[in-house]
Amino acid sequence: MNRPIRTLAIGCLALFLLLLLNITYIQGWRADSLNAQAQNTRARNADCSRKRGPILVNGESVARSVPSHDNLKFVRRYPQGRMYAPVTGRFSCQLLTTGVESSENSVLSGSDQSLFVSRVIDLFGNKQQQGGSVLLTINPKVQKAAYDGLQSLPGNAQGAVVALDPRTGAVLAMTSTPSYDPNTLSGHNYKAAVKQYKRLNKRPDRPLINRAAQEILPPGSTFKLVVAAAALQHGYSPDTVVRGGSSLDLPQTTHQMTNENGGNCGGDKITLTQALAVSCNVSFADLGLKLRADDRNIVGDQAKLFGFGETYLDELPMAKSVYPSGIDIPQTAFASIGQFDVAATPLQMAMVAAAIANGGDLMKPYLVAEERTPDLKLLRRAEPQMLHQAMSSQAADQLTQMMVDVVQQGTGTPVQIPGVSVAAKTGTANSAPNRPPYAWIVSFAPADNPQVAVAVLVQQSATNRGEIAGGTLAGPVAVNVIKAVVQ
Amino acid sequence: MSILAAHPVRAAAAFVPRKRRVAELMLLVMALALGIGSYALVGIGITNKVPTDMVGYAVFFTGFAFGCHLVVRRFASYADPILLPIAIALNGIGLAMIHRIDVGLEGTGFGPYAPAQYLWTAVSIVAFVLTLLAIRDHRRLQAFTYTMGFAGLALLLLPLVPGLGVNINGSRIWIHAAGYSFQPGEVAKICLAIFFAGYLVLKRDALALAGHRFAGIDLPRGRDLGPILFAWLISLGVLVLQRDLGSSLLFFGLFVVLLYVATERPSWLVVGLVLFVAGAYLSFLSFGHVQERVNGWLDPWANRDQFYQIIQAQYGLGWGGILGRGWGLGSPQLTPYSWSDFIATSLGEELGLTGLMAIIVLYALMVERGLRTALVCRDTFGKLLSVGLSVALALQVFVVVGGVTRLIPLTGLTTPFLSYGGSSLLANWVMIALLMRISDQARRPPPDITSPAPDDVTQVVSLR
Repeated sequence: MNRPIRTLAIGCLALFLLLLLNITYIQGWRADSLNAQAQNTRARNADCSRKRGPILVNGESVARSVPSHDNLKFVRRYPQGRMYAPVTGRFSCQLLTTGVESSENSVLSGSDQSLFVSRVIDLFGNKQQQGGSVLLTINPKVQKAAYDGLQSLPGNAQGAVVALDPRTGAVLAMTSTPSYDPNTLSGHNYKAAVKQYKRLNKRPDRPLINRAAQEILPPGSTFKLVVAAAALQHGYSPDTVVRGGSSLDLPQTTHQMTNENGGNCGGDKITLTQALAVSCNVSFADLGLKLRADDRNIVGDQAKLFGFGETYLDELPMAKSVYPSGIDIPQTAFASIGQFDVAATPLQMAMVAAAIANGGDLMKPYLVAEERTPDLKLLRRAEPQMLHQAMSSQAADQLTQMMVDVVQQGTGTPVQIPGVSVAAKTGTANSAPNRPPYAWIVSFAPADNPQVAVAVLVQQSATNRGEIAGGTLAGPVAVNVIKAVVQ
Repeated sequence: MSILAAHPVRAAAAFVPRKRRVAELMLLVMALALGIGSYALVGIGITNKVPTDMVGYAVFFTGFAFGCHLVVRRFASYADPILLPIAIALNGIGLAMIHRIDVGLEGTGFGPYAPAQYLWTAVSIVAFVLTLLAIRDHRRLQAFTYTMGFAGLALLLLPLVPGLGVNINGSRIWIHAAGYSFQPGEVAKICLAIFFAGYLVLKRDALALAGHRFAGIDLPRGRDLGPILFAWLISLGVLVLQRDLGSSLLFFGLFVVLLYVATERPSWLVVGLVLFVAGAYLSFLSFGHVQERVNGWLDPWANRDQFYQIIQAQYGLGWGGILGRGWGLGSPQLTPYSWSDFIATSLGEELGLTGLMAIIVLYALMVERGLRTALVCRDTFGKLLSVGLSVALALQVFVVVGGVTRLIPLTGLTTPFLSYGGSSLLANWVMIALLMRISDQARRPPPDITSPAPDDVTQVVSLR
């Protein structure tokens, strides 16, 4: 009987071997992905009870962990919560962690590979694991100007501001109103946090969303910058005479395209500069149709070069801006004035301005300037990257001059700043007949040495419908922001 | 050379002469250090202090372990020296973990579980000693073959008696009497192992006869299929009436394996496998609770609420990683039944892959020592019984540890020596006592080696 017993011994060995292989797979191989699951209470509680690193802007912290005197040891605090909420997001033990708190979690929590050495030192020193710090590109002065600008609009205004450094792509300000206080969601009182979250999530003005990067809306006349860039890249010059007048018959339909407020753009034949300055719908619809060939849409290609249809912001969730494909001729005409299905985020429109300001080179936007270890050694510093060459530098210079003319003698007069040469384009986009139009302004300054590119969107405010125009409503916010940078 | 030639009996018995009790004592000291050290580390991990009852605990545990050792020295001096230290080590680790989970569960309404487990450890070790004292020769048990068979069956079916059996978590495998719960299936395991061994000693010759030859193996004769079909039906009955997948699998597997060993015919394994697959497939089709277990095994994340336990166990293992969180520093209490069925994943969390591997290797060593006992055992009954007890242990460890770690569908058995539960602990200690008794017999030199008996097939039976 010994032979079967020996066989059996091998069989039992095989069973134990299977057990060992299986736990090796789970504990050695899958452990990291199991620990990374959002529903993993163990990993989450450990994250919560850890001293998380701060999120900093120019030396001051906008998110930091303070002792909480309960079982989780630390609680997250946001000193200027509402102003920075769209960027920092919130860190929560119970709810979803969002924003930079989420995208930079590995550094902030100290679990990043690059913090391995400091973790080992903590282990041997019998200290709690500590998180590293993250420095944002946000300039607090500019951020405050942007936030105060939106707050000063009448009513509980819904809007967003994005300010970029056109030379690097660094985000200098990113705000969205109405905002929320992340302190109310990151507290340890689970029930209160969930109740507050549900309340915020139900509100029709959607305070939890970051309008600056997550909301796509028709950019209206600000999109004419893209059409103008396409024209300048394809044989047009600022002085090229284009079609003006009060209306354009749309091919294949009985409709006519007219101008805002029924004007005639200053004549039947006007220069491209003039067309942009008065924001002439007829000129740009006609341009759009002329730039359309059977097999390609030059305006659509130009929009892609500015970043439409692309994801470029790594640190925050963002919506892709849209220039519709496969559109017919009347649709092309409306798309050329930023209507129909064209939709862009304020971040996207700021990037259009930034590319023009930077001699046609579109830089990749970024929010995190530096990551440091708990003892403040530098881990990573952001390197500016070019995303595309959106246009030639000659065309960019020409378009810059055209935008300066918009401010000096066109629709952009509200953003004139004494002593500073500002380039801008306004927009007033119709949404639905029963909704007020969206007011936009896209600008940069100083025109000869650009330091900041700003896009402002006012989605809704307590302003009479007749008084809504990009220049007058959104303009003053842009002025605040530009002044904060250049003065 | 001339001595060996002159004493052939001594040469044949060359592997038995040493008692190895000192080795056992040394291993026992190490096992105690492990168990008591773990208990101390739980206190240090949680409160940074050695538990206040440390000395009492150490004295209690050391006393019982050395008591066992002395009894073995006196009454089973040739017994395998490794089994007792492994049992003590596993029991000590189990107690430390149950105590640790008690601390984690404070204020939740669950527990404490450790006090009852201390008591059961004492009872079980006393049962170990009594078994060694009462059964001086395992061959005596052969006389109780059918008694054990009926006892095993009765114990197995006891939970079905109205008023006595209780449903816990959907399984009817518990009896409730006088304020205590008991899982009679654990004891039935031993009774049935004795019954199977005794029964097969008698029937092995008939069952070894070959029938048709198919695909290179001799299939059993049709008329010999009766016993295996009976065992199969009983196992299915346990599955259906008590919803106890684990025991069902264990009993059937045990019978098939012993049939194979007794007859030396691999065809019984094939027949057993076919019946197992058929039974498993039929029950998968017919019973919701079997389907549920399979679904929870395949993709527990598909239903987080329903398979919360298995997901938590996975998280626990992942959280433990390779080196573990350390005693008292994980959160094993988050997994439901972390102190009983899922104690393996609790240990995986705090001791890591390294610790859990060591524990599985301890079980493998135990099984290996049991099978080695079977190899050197001189009588058929002893061989079969030690194979049965070892294989039951191996299967049980595989089914429960494999189940909680998602290697196979979860079935719900206790983890021998580790899990909370008196019946399981008691049964496993008695099982170790039986294995040690058989190995004592097997390794004991034949009493009369200086004057070879004229008839060397005569066996010496101790009738003390």
